[in-house]
Amino acid sequence: MWARAVWLGLRAPLGGRRGLTSTTDPQGSGRITVEVIEHLERLALVDFGSREAVARLEKAVAFADRLRAVDTDGVEPMESVLEDRCLYLRSDNVVEGNCAEELLQNSHRVVEEYFVAPPGNISLPKLDEQEPFPHS
Amino acid sequence: MAAPMLRWGSPGRRWALAWGDGGFRQRRGSPTGSASNRVRGQSSGAQQLLDTAQKPRKGKHEWAALVGLEIHAQISSNSKLFSGSQVRFAAPPNSLVSFFDASLPGTLPVLNRRCVEAAVMTGLALNCHINKKSLFDRKHYFYADLPAGYQITQQRLPIAVNGSLTYSICTGKKQSQMITKTVRIKQIQLEQDSGKSLHDDLRSQTLIDLNRAGVGLLEVVLEPDMSCGEEAATAVRELQLILQALGTSQANMAEGQLRVDANISVHHPGEPWGIRTEVKNLNSIKFLAKAIDYEIQRQIDELENGGEILNETRSFDYKLGCTMPMRDKEGKQDYRFMPEPNLPPLLLYDATSLPAGTDSQQVINIDQIRERLPELPRVTRERLIQQYGMLPEHGFALLNEVGLLEFFQNVIKETRAEPKKVTSWVLNIFLGYLKQQNLAISESPVTPSALAELLDLLDSKAISSSAAKQVFDELWKNEGKTPAQIVSEKQLELMQDQEALEQLCCAAMELHPQVVMDVKKGHPRAINKLIGIVRKMTLNRADPAVIKEILEKKLSS
Repeated sequence: MWARAVWLGLRAPLGGRRGLTSTTDPQGSGRITVEVIEHLERLALVDFGSREAVARLEKAVAFADRLRAVDTDGVEPMESVLEDRCLYLRSDNVVEGNCAEELLQNSHRVVEEYFVAPPGNISLPKLDEQEPFPHS
Repeated sequence: MAAPMLRWGSPGRRWALAWGDGGFRQRRGSPTGSASNRVRGQSSGAQQLLDTAQKPRKGKHEWAALVGLEIHAQISSNSKLFSGSQVRFAAPPNSLVSFFDASLPGTLPVLNRRCVEAAVMTGLALNCHINKKSLFDRKHYFYADLPAGYQITQQRLPIAVNGSLTYSICTGKKQSQMITKTVRIKQIQLEQDSGKSLHDDLRSQTLIDLNRAGVGLLEVVLEPDMSCGEEAATAVRELQLILQALGTSQANMAEGQLRVDANISVHHPGEPWGIRTEVKNLNSIKFLAKAIDYEIQRQIDELENGGEILNETRSFDYKLGCTMPMRDKEGKQDYRFMPEPNLPPLLLYDATSLPAGTDSQQVINIDQIRERLPELPRVTRERLIQQYGMLPEHGFALLNEVGLLEFFQNVIKETRAEPKKVTSWVLNIFLGYLKQQNLAISESPVTPSALAELLDLLDSKAISSSAAKQVFDELWKNEGKTPAQIVSEKQLELMQDQEALEQLCCAAMELHPQVVMDVKKGHPRAINKLIGIVRKMTLNRADPAVIKEILEKKLSS
């Protein structure tokens, strides 16, 4: 559902915004507005304006769409492909962690021991509203 | 208007957490602020709403409010819900992170047995039905402090459902009446916590600490059976005490181990429920009550002025004492729930369904956990009332501070003094000193043994009650001395010498003939003046009752 909505939305920048206001999908979910696209862009931090990003997403959606070819009428959905397996329970012991240095090597940017993320979809509280660090 | 709140523990002592929390919950600390505290249309629970509707005043419709809560409690465990990294507050950034917590490709969740047991135990304590089979799902968010892009939770089939939480509210002029209320618990589900985001406006960047990412949470969903801030705050406080008694969560709000979101709506009794808003950022019990009462009044004002309530998420600004819409929560989010493919269903057993020949480490027996349930706060309070003839509000006060009940019980064990006297000293004098200096029970300079010894001296009439207060003050200031030492050093013993007392009484009567005349003229209360004079002469070391007896004898002769 979501994928389809994006997929329809994606065509907009390429096909010149035409599809945005009037398209309905085959399932009849209704119109997809510019606002929806902008909302999704903000949530997902994906810029649909980039041709390359759109192409990649289109491919992913097309890949997932092949699932629709399978006829699932009358088949009871499984909870999980592992639904008849035992869920392994771990004892409550600390056996991992303490590898900040290794993990931070994956980060494009690092400040002290923090990962640095772009200011994305999270509304930023003003600096003076932030609390002092608990050590004080 | 219902009664003011019980005295809460001191949640504001250590303010924590700088970080705006981009994850599932926004969070800010909250020192003082003020908010209006008016609620109209009190009622107790959804069912009774229609019955308790008050008569409309001045032609205006009465309003009723409904408050439901979503409470996230961090599970008290050594390691995280699905990984073996440590759970600890205020550790160096990203030091408690495993490859799974950082969502590195190829890592898989491995469920922590302790977290499951904590959920079952909490469910049992809250009278829930425990689902023998529960399921894990993915809930998708796009936040930098949730690197997987989804949270593992229990959406379709949570571990516990259909419970209830009973709490009591003090009411009446002297706060001495208790009203017991019940709120239904819809469900309890296991889920992962998110990491923390630290926003840097100046450099326009967000710093990410994943230490909290993957810590086990219990989400407890309370039905909208509450009708004002005080009811919600009292229910949360009771839940907090239960979690702490169980040891399933430390539930310290200042450290973010207990976080509350409130769903609030108002309507006219007898009419359909109103549109609700969700208020986040409720991280102390005091501000929880304030925020809810503010939001109820805001909705009423909005509707009475012809406005409408939007189904939106708002956050409470503790400085301004009001709620504001949260811009990043605009519009309805699609969480794209899907079954967690890496975790089979979670199966629990009881004595009758326990499979034979399985590894006991791999089986969780609900009956066994039920047997391990400790005494819950409600039962403790009832026991205090039964055992010591205590007033209900004193039982509440003893349970309201961490370690206070234990302190009280240790004093009781060692002293001959009456429980009533012990209760009064612990709740008034001892607690008063602690509050004045903002100390925790564990930081008290006076030990239970010292207080017990002091109360023994008082009980055996070796010292007067005003001398006892003086001794207590000395005990507080001079650690290491015993009450007996202080009494002898300061010469605080009660004068037992009857003859000496009689002499002092005679002297007092001679010095104040006018007062003696007053008494004889039929003003029996004037004797109190003489008692005071004699007490002063004894440096407060005589029992006023004994002085009174002597004086009465002399005056009537």
